[in-house]
Amino acid sequence: MNMYAKPLALVGALATAMVLAGATLPAFAAKTNLTVGMVLEPPNLDPTGGAAAAIDEVVYANVFEGLTRFGSDGAILPALAWSWDISEDGLVYTFNLAPGVKFHDGTDMTADDVVFSFERAVAEDSTNAQKALFADIATVEAVNDTTVRITLSKPNGNFLFNMAWGDAVIVAPESAADNATNPIGTGPFVFVNWAQGDNVALARNPDYWGEPAKLENVVFKFISDPTAAFSAMMAEDVDAFPNFPAPETLPQLDADPRFNVIVGTTEGETILTMNNRREPLNNIKVRQAIAHAINRQAIIDGAMFGFGEPIGTHFNPTNIDYVDLTAQSNYDPEKSKALLAEAGITDLTLSLKLPPPTYARRGGEIIAAQLRAVGINTEITNVEWSDWVNSVFLNDRDFDLTIVSHTEPFDIGIYGRDDYYFGYDNAEFKQIMADLNNATDPAERSKLLGDAQRRIADDYVVAFLFQLAKTGVANSKLVGLWENSPTQANDLTGVYWQE
Amino acid sequence: MSGPDTSLWFAARTSRSFVLGATLTGFFAAVALVSLFWTPYDVTVLDIAGKLQGFSPAHPLGTDHLGRDMVAMVMVGAQTSIAVAFVAVGIGVGFGVPLGLMAAANRRTLFDEIIMRANDLIFAFPALLIAIMITAIFGPGAINAIIAIGIFNIPVFARLARGGALSLWTRDFVMAARVAGKNKAKISFEHILPNITNLLIVQGTIQFSLGILAEAALSYLGLGAQPPLPSWGRMLADAQTMISFAPHMALVPGLAIVFTVLGLNLMGDGLRDIFDPRLRRSRQ
Repeated sequence: MNMYAKPLALVGALATAMVLAGATLPAFAAKTNLTVGMVLEPPNLDPTGGAAAAIDEVVYANVFEGLTRFGSDGAILPALAWSWDISEDGLVYTFNLAPGVKFHDGTDMTADDVVFSFERAVAEDSTNAQKALFADIATVEAVNDTTVRITLSKPNGNFLFNMAWGDAVIVAPESAADNATNPIGTGPFVFVNWAQGDNVALARNPDYWGEPAKLENVVFKFISDPTAAFSAMMAEDVDAFPNFPAPETLPQLDADPRFNVIVGTTEGETILTMNNRREPLNNIKVRQAIAHAINRQAIIDGAMFGFGEPIGTHFNPTNIDYVDLTAQSNYDPEKSKALLAEAGITDLTLSLKLPPPTYARRGGEIIAAQLRAVGINTEITNVEWSDWVNSVFLNDRDFDLTIVSHTEPFDIGIYGRDDYYFGYDNAEFKQIMADLNNATDPAERSKLLGDAQRRIADDYVVAFLFQLAKTGVANSKLVGLWENSPTQANDLTGVYWQE
Repeated sequence: MSGPDTSLWFAARTSRSFVLGATLTGFFAAVALVSLFWTPYDVTVLDIAGKLQGFSPAHPLGTDHLGRDMVAMVMVGAQTSIAVAFVAVGIGVGFGVPLGLMAAANRRTLFDEIIMRANDLIFAFPALLIAIMITAIFGPGAINAIIAIGIFNIPVFARLARGGALSLWTRDFVMAARVAGKNKAKISFEHILPNITNLLIVQGTIQFSLGILAEAALSYLGLGAQPPLPSWGRMLADAQTMISFAPHMALVPGLAIVFTVLGLNLMGDGLRDIFDPRLRRSRQ
């Protein structure tokens, strides 16, 4: 009996494979399906209803579109709004929408949907994670089906940028409520299936209003374990892994002709957050001591195998307005010890909570050793993401130190937020942010951005570590993936397989 | 006087598995002991510039991904493994043996039933999965790993003690003790326990090796000893993605686990042979 079982199973598997292959691969054509690896699974699929980067990494530009969008270089490009006019005083934006745009359920996308989307985003019961993006909007009116007029309460030089965020995408009143599990957008890909714990499948939208995608089927596969990610890549189970979790294996993958290693920049400022609410971290001397105890290059080399750029404030070094303040918190253990002595601190033990990413787990071990060298003990606890969000980020705030990469673009404003997990409350910084929002003159904005960067560096709010590098791996025949991450996204609209 | 003692010692010396097992076990125990006082390098001091070195006179077993000396890491790791396994077996013996003895002394009573069925209940669960659950609930860490592993040692020793004690309770010398008016507790500890010590030592050795494996498994999953405390399991986990260019990082802790567990198993085998006169006779 057993003798037949195996060949039979094989025949069965072969037949299945042939059927599957026949169904998904048209004969003699270039490959049109793609499997993308991701470390984290999104908690839901509604970019307007959650802060998780993983949501945007699946649906941004693929399923959902906003009025404007980010290009791969960070430029703000037209999306659903083909063009726009800005009034002299910078208060009235008139967007001309692309005509004939349909949602995936067949309903038309009109100016009314834009009005609905923004009203929904700022509503009391809204779960939008970035309500600040819409804070300056006074009114949104539908002039006609393809024209929207947005009036701001005060000029906002960032408005077009804000409209490009995943949190500002346009949704339909008919489907918005179910977007968390069945996202209906206007993008070049339609949602097919979400096998929770494993993958999200998308397919080409045949009725896309713009240039259709070249890929037909896309699967986002969630692989959190770095070893499993490496194996999946080597076995070609995944075609691309845009944020590869095991930087130490990149040289090996790079040497393999089957793969391309894409190293770019991200918007991820990786920081050692210090809980400013707690003793003794509410003392700036202690925070400064911790900042001086940290050797950034050692962390980049040790945890990220050289990938990453040191930062001295919460700003992307590739941005023209970036101010290099790394010298202000340079590695100086002696100064660190002196500062601790000045603050009258002896025998300090701090909790250090580490979420799963490599930069945190490995970086945490290195930081613990560096802090120990100046006489600060740490108690490391490795936590899962859900636990981190609950116990560190949102509710309990039960931590002294934690390491995390803030991957949203241009997010220095988080230091001005009330009740943020940093526990930093500085009127001067808030004023700079308010001035920045009112400023439209580039030179003035530039100056204010510099002020903001200096303010948080002077206050040693957190220890600024490094700008996360985008270390991606992709099949060498794959063309069109983003090299950099100006926002959290895996834009697949222009991706295709080379013959 | 010289009779049984000499022959036990003789049996130990001539049992190859015991000699080899005891040597390996002794070696790692000695390494762990030495690490309490001395290690070639401090495992809490990192040397990022000197990471991933191969074998060299300065670092005989190379360095890991954070530049720590592998010799020092394995030494302190031995301490972690042995301490966790030792305390876990201690919990098993400390709770399991008295429970087993009490159950045997009161056999076929409700008390016996309750204790043994409760043990069956624990036995029914896959040990490692429950250990993962315990550490997931109470947080990862060496202490919780010890408790988790220890709990699963209790039924092992309870059953063994009960089984061994049951046969002894029918023996004449126990009868004599009862006739002499000793109570059950006294008989259990004065007459039964000394006669099942052999069994317990053999089982203890095996459980000890299982404890080391369990600790390594939990640490591998990130649920055991937390950094910066080195642990063989976590060293293996760290080595995983670097195996292609730094195989020593996986080999060194891997072999340490293999040889310790092998040593303990051989020693347990050897001890069983030595303690069991029938086996001993057949061998001579």
